[in-house]
Amino acid sequence: MALRLFRRSTEEQQADEQRIHDSLEKTRGGMFGRLGNIFQANEITEQTWDELEETLIMGDVGIETTEVLVARVQQRVSKEGIKRPADAQAVLKQEMLAMLGGSDAMEIDEPRLLTVVLVVGVNGSGKTTSIAKLAKLYKDHGRKVVLAAADTFRAAAVHQLQIWGERVGVDVIAQGQGADPGAVVFDAIRACQETRKADLLIIDTAGRLHTKFNLMKELEKVRNVASRQVHKAPHETFLILDASTGQNALSQARHFKEAVKVTGVILTKLDGTAKGGIVFAIAQELGVPVRFVGTGERMTDIAPFDPKIFVDSLFA
Amino acid sequence: MFETLTDKLQRVFDGLASRGRLSEADVDVAMREVRLALLEADVNYKVVKDFVARVKERAIGAEVMKSLTPAQQVVKIVNEELIEVLGEPAKLDLSGPTPHVIMMVGLQGSGKTTTSAKLALTLRKSNQRPLLVAADTYRPAAIHQLEVLGKSLDIPVHSEGDKVPPPVICANAVKRARESAYTVVILDTAGRLQVNEEMMAELDEIKARTKPQEILLVADSMTGQQAVNVAQTFNDRLGVTGLILTKVDGDARGGAAISMREVTGVPIKYLGVGEKTDALEVFHPDRMASRILGMGDMLSLIERAQSTMDQEKSMSAAKRMMKGEFDLDDFMQQMQQVRKMGPLSQIMDMIPGFRGVTKDLSPDVTDTQMRRIEAIISSMTLDERRHPENMNASRKRRVARGSGTEVQDINELLSQFKQIKRMMKQMSDTGGKRRGKFPGFPGLMG
Ligand SMILES: Nc1nc2c(ncn2[C@@H]2O[C@H](COP(=O)(O)OP(=O)(O)OP(=O)(O)O)[C@@H](O)[C@H]2O)c(=O)[nH]1
Ligand SMILES: Nc1nc2c(ncn2[C@@H]2O[C@H](COP(=O)(O)OP(=O)(O)O)[C@@H](O)[C@H]2O)c(=O)[nH]1
Ligand SMILES: [Mg+2]
Ligand SMILES: [Mg+2]
Repeated sequence: MALRLFRRSTEEQQADEQRIHDSLEKTRGGMFGRLGNIFQANEITEQTWDELEETLIMGDVGIETTEVLVARVQQRVSKEGIKRPADAQAVLKQEMLAMLGGSDAMEIDEPRLLTVVLVVGVNGSGKTTSIAKLAKLYKDHGRKVVLAAADTFRAAAVHQLQIWGERVGVDVIAQGQGADPGAVVFDAIRACQETRKADLLIIDTAGRLHTKFNLMKELEKVRNVASRQVHKAPHETFLILDASTGQNALSQARHFKEAVKVTGVILTKLDGTAKGGIVFAIAQELGVPVRFVGTGERMTDIAPFDPKIFVDSLFA
Repeated sequence: MFETLTDKLQRVFDGLASRGRLSEADVDVAMREVRLALLEADVNYKVVKDFVARVKERAIGAEVMKSLTPAQQVVKIVNEELIEVLGEPAKLDLSGPTPHVIMMVGLQGSGKTTTSAKLALTLRKSNQRPLLVAADTYRPAAIHQLEVLGKSLDIPVHSEGDKVPPPVICANAVKRARESAYTVVILDTAGRLQVNEEMMAELDEIKARTKPQEILLVADSMTGQQAVNVAQTFNDRLGVTGLILTKVDGDARGGAAISMREVTGVPIKYLGVGEKTDALEVFHPDRMASRILGMGDMLSLIERAQSTMDQEKSMSAAKRMMKGEFDLDDFMQQMQQVRKMGPLSQIMDMIPGFRGVTKDLSPDVTDTQMRRIEAIISSMTLDERRHPENMNASRKRRVARGSGTEVQDINELLSQFKQIKRMMKQMSDTGGKRRGKFPGFPGLMG
């Protein structure tokens, strides 16, 4: 495990696991809930594979990734002479974990005078709420957090972030609706640098569909403002994905990565019945890892992403 | 329109020599492709299963029409069946005594608040007097969001802050509407998960106290397999009267529309096609069907073209084209417009049928060519651009030097341009009457 700025205590880790488990618990009988049942049978049959395919597709894993996964498991089952369904299940878990990739250290956790985090995503995915959650999480771990209200487009978006800022107890730098988002970021960085009041700046941006050429250009500009002012900024760019999104999430990840070099995904609304199976394809094709999960509407409903807990919970 | 699926099916049928009628074997292979296409579009797994079974039944033994290939015949059946499932567009029910209550429900972030404002605007245009109601007391600044939208449209918003329970706010709003002669009341409720019992019970109560005539489920067009679950739960619990699909301005294939229709049987009433309050459209089943069958990339290409091209310049160039006055200067301007859309190889990749073709070319060869053409034209005087026929040997040598190319390149460009002009002349002579459509994408915009 690579260096982390803050180490999570065992209790904290257990609380995280419990929280993710709790919210995933609600999904039993849901789409992924059956994944465990498939392997309850006495032997591996044609039906096992059919059911596996069905369950993965219903979990939004996507047909292509599902076929790859099933083929990999089938191949290993035959090569390793596996007979027991429980062993096949273990193989499936291994392959799913392999797809999600390792989780090395995050830039947001590295010590730095000022760390800049850019948060992007399509409309309504949960950007602003996730920012409040991150602010709370890192503030509680001793970081000095400031938020920048660069969603100057959506009605009352600035106000929404300001309310969160108050609740969490961090400053919000804003210019109001209609202001130039680049100018907001410029101001925010300057304020952080001059006052040294902050070592972590998180930028909220307006939701935008990844196909909107001009809006994506605007986002690139915002990013450039940050890179010009702070060495190697933004150090982290999180793409916020709603877990209930289907195959379009891959297109989102592709476009946002191309435009602003996304470094990680935050998977939100995992307290719902959807489990965000598309992250397998995103990790596989784009090499973008999931970093956090959102499991509710309160500012404490966030947990670092743990691939093993995630995969295990899909079988629970 | 259906290049992707049609192309795939074409390939499938190429291997099968059958003609005339579709045999069971033909149909079986074809159905595998249909299934894939629908799953990629996020249509629910179980819904796909039933759908494919129905299409299969219709397709086996179906006569292949003279004008169609077997592949096109299958796509035709799939398309018809999709349109059937999607159903006819339905209007809001505003019959009976006023005020009519419309209740907006759905998951978090699906677009309820924005759509409430859009609906209010549409209804006012048809001479209703709408009252918006801020019934989301949970999401920070949700009330403020609706107030800002209402103010921008000059439509009143009923709010009582975030301390009063939403069912009370809604009941008060209906009372106020009755007293003040508002004809429609739009309840903007908070987003909620369909599995949250407490929050769902709140909707029961709002419904009981306001007797809504319409309960509209607002759903994100990017929703995946869960759409079925969401729609079914909301519908079972509340009796939804209509669906609104939002964010259709993106490139999502929107299979969720099929899933939700199939499990609820409730009509799709509107589509949200943008963030602004006028971006609400009535639903067209045929357009939705072609979208589900895979023209998302085309849609984003059009979006890109619309947002980068200078409409005025394009129009004036088109006019000159029609009059046969198109010269090298217009040509260069048009080319620069296209280049603004991004690298050509990337643009071509977005066009169904072209995908993969560009992979075989050396990277950006097309861009290099375009840049060379641009260099040549920029080295010409305005007069030479207007009258390329005046280019003699010494002028060509000068331009070649100025643009870092060979005289041969100049000759090639000039002869190609002559051909282009001839083609344009033919086009304007025969089809000059057709207008308004985006050149090169017939029908897509309509
Ligand atoms: N259940 C649940 N709801 C969430 C979660 N994260 C965000 N939400 C809700 O989703 C809705 C949209 O969240 P926002 O944070 O405003 O989303 P956004 O991406 O900033 O939205 P725009 O700025 O409008 O594009 C709100 O109602 C949030 O309360 C989550 O993890 N679980
Ligand atoms: N591009 C696009 N964005 C939309 C559309 N409808 C809503 N939005 C955006 O989606 C986000 C969430 O919308 P909102 O109305 O607040 O959703 P609510 O939480 O369901 O009330 C906002 O950023 C809206 O601007 C649409 O049709 N197209
Ligand atoms: Mg926001
Ligand atoms: Mg709302």
